[in-house]
Amino acid sequence: MIQATQLSKVFRDKKRGEIRAVDGVSFMCRPGEIYGLLGANGAGKTTTLRMLATILAPSAGTATVAGFDVVKQPQEVRAHVGFLSTATALYDRLTAAETVEYFGQLYGLDAATIARRTNEIFKALDMDEFRDRRCAKLSTGMKQKVSIARTLVHDPPVMIFDEPTNGLDVMAARSITDFIRQCRDRGKTVIFSTHVMSEVERLCDSIGIIHSGRMCAEGTLEELKGRYRKDNLEDIFISVSEDGHANS
Amino acid sequence: MRIRNSLIVYRKELRDMLRDKRTIRSMVIIPVIAMPLIIVGIGTLMGHLEQEAKKEPSKVMVSGGQDSPKMLAALQNVPDIQISPYQSDAKQEVSDKEIGALVEIPAGFDSVLSSNKTAQVSIGYYENDDKSELAKERLQQFFDDYRDKMARAALTARGMPTNLLEPFTVAATNIAPPSKVSAAAIGGWILYMVIIFSFSGAMYPAMDLTAGEKERGTLETILSSPVSRTDLVIGKFLMVMTASIITTALSLTSMGASIAWAGRSAGAGADAAFKLSFDPTSVLAIVILLVPLAVLFAVVLIAVALLAKSYREAQTYVSPLMFLVIIPAIVGALPGVELNWKTALIPILNVSLVSKEIFAATYHWSYIALIFATTCLYAAIGIAAAVHMFNREEVLFRT
Repeated sequence: MIQATQLSKVFRDKKRGEIRAVDGVSFMCRPGEIYGLLGANGAGKTTTLRMLATILAPSAGTATVAGFDVVKQPQEVRAHVGFLSTATALYDRLTAAETVEYFGQLYGLDAATIARRTNEIFKALDMDEFRDRRCAKLSTGMKQKVSIARTLVHDPPVMIFDEPTNGLDVMAARSITDFIRQCRDRGKTVIFSTHVMSEVERLCDSIGIIHSGRMCAEGTLEELKGRYRKDNLEDIFISVSEDGHANS
Repeated sequence: MRIRNSLIVYRKELRDMLRDKRTIRSMVIIPVIAMPLIIVGIGTLMGHLEQEAKKEPSKVMVSGGQDSPKMLAALQNVPDIQISPYQSDAKQEVSDKEIGALVEIPAGFDSVLSSNKTAQVSIGYYENDDKSELAKERLQQFFDDYRDKMARAALTARGMPTNLLEPFTVAATNIAPPSKVSAAAIGGWILYMVIIFSFSGAMYPAMDLTAGEKERGTLETILSSPVSRTDLVIGKFLMVMTASIITTALSLTSMGASIAWAGRSAGAGADAAFKLSFDPTSVLAIVILLVPLAVLFAVVLIAVALLAKSYREAQTYVSPLMFLVIIPAIVGALPGVELNWKTALIPILNVSLVSKEIFAATYHWSYIALIFATTCLYAAIGIAAAVHMFNREEVLFRT
């Protein structure tokens, strides 16, 4: 479960002054549900997700993730979350198995549990072939699988994906979206950000459209279609963004 | 803080570093292979060039002396001096390094003794030019010997004893044990190298584990794990310290071995000069003082390198710090800079000064305690600063 309440983040820039990257965003994402955070580049998606993953601290407001408060219990939050983004790279000089082992240790798992989880995940994602290959030598798709394995090793109840298919080819992107769907089917709470409309249409149970740091529209795809009288998400998104732009 | 997490981070960084060819190059290959090559190579080359220069006779020009054939004949007989015909632009020839020196002989030089006068021979040379300096030395030696011979001959001719020239001699002998002399002479120098190596050994890993991680995108990955930022800094700091200690140890070992080798190949006399035996108490005292200094280096480097977005940018921040390390270390070695309550508070300089005293077997225990305490304090402030930096979002996510 993720519950964001008036989440805000202000950055101070020498040239541009105060920047409200996220401005009073509230939403809820339940277990067994995929919540899609949709927005243009610079809308505040990454900052929102980084706050949920406790990589950044909110300037105001808070959120509870898996029952823990992101401000007061950041370490507990991180222990119950799997966070994956295009910015979360892998250590080139560790092998796939060593990477998963390292994160397993940091999540506080014992050696036997790490070995069992690694075997399960590597089998499920068909990774045994490159298990002992260093990450530097892996293809982009293989690296994505290692990243997934890294986020899954502690079997977290909440998964946070920040533009996970960005820069991937069709095959690699498909394996990620399949994986996101599997997470939901296993009852995990899933939130992911993207600017690819088709991914949202295919995957998401709920959608939040974010513009200039503010949540401009929220609901299921059908609800949004009805509210904006449009029959596809792209038109809805443009309409919401224009309204948001006019109001900001 | 959980030491378990710091150790997990440390083990991973260690494994990562041992697989990194760049680290191995800077940590092992340069100190172990390049250092001996430089020391032995340059030493051998310089020795060889010096020998070659000494084999070659010095070209000189002589102005005047036509009325002193005895002296001229003696000068012509010196095997390592070659007289070139005098030219009017002789001074220019010296400046152009065509000849080594110009000798001006006053008129009536040979008859100066019988006329009870003093004559002055002038030697014109090119200061700091090796060949010219050698020519000057050879000429001076010749004239000293010639003067001695003239004076002795004059005394004998007048029936006087020649010991009038040298009624007594003075002999100065080193009575301190040779090992102690060596320790005092090169102890300060070794300490200086240790300070430089422990800093330079920490530079590469400090940059790689901070700015390098940012550049490769792995910093965000590790920040998304439950490890606290304090544990992360401690783990990284332990790694930087390890690299610093290994580099220092390898560099010193290889340097010591090459100096010993160079000394041995230079002959038995030089070999004896390098027989060092430091007093274990002084070595222990200095090691105890150096540990907090190495900690200070590691944490300052981590904190500064973290400011950079990329490895390259980190290099521009960290390289000038080298001067901050070298300058106090050099100042500490200068004569006249003394240990007092003020200099005892200046980091690096204080360790350098007190070590000089320790090598001379003087133990100012109050200063040693003060310096150890202040260096520990600076190191603690450094650790707090590095942890603080790791908690600043604008530093971690600088764009």
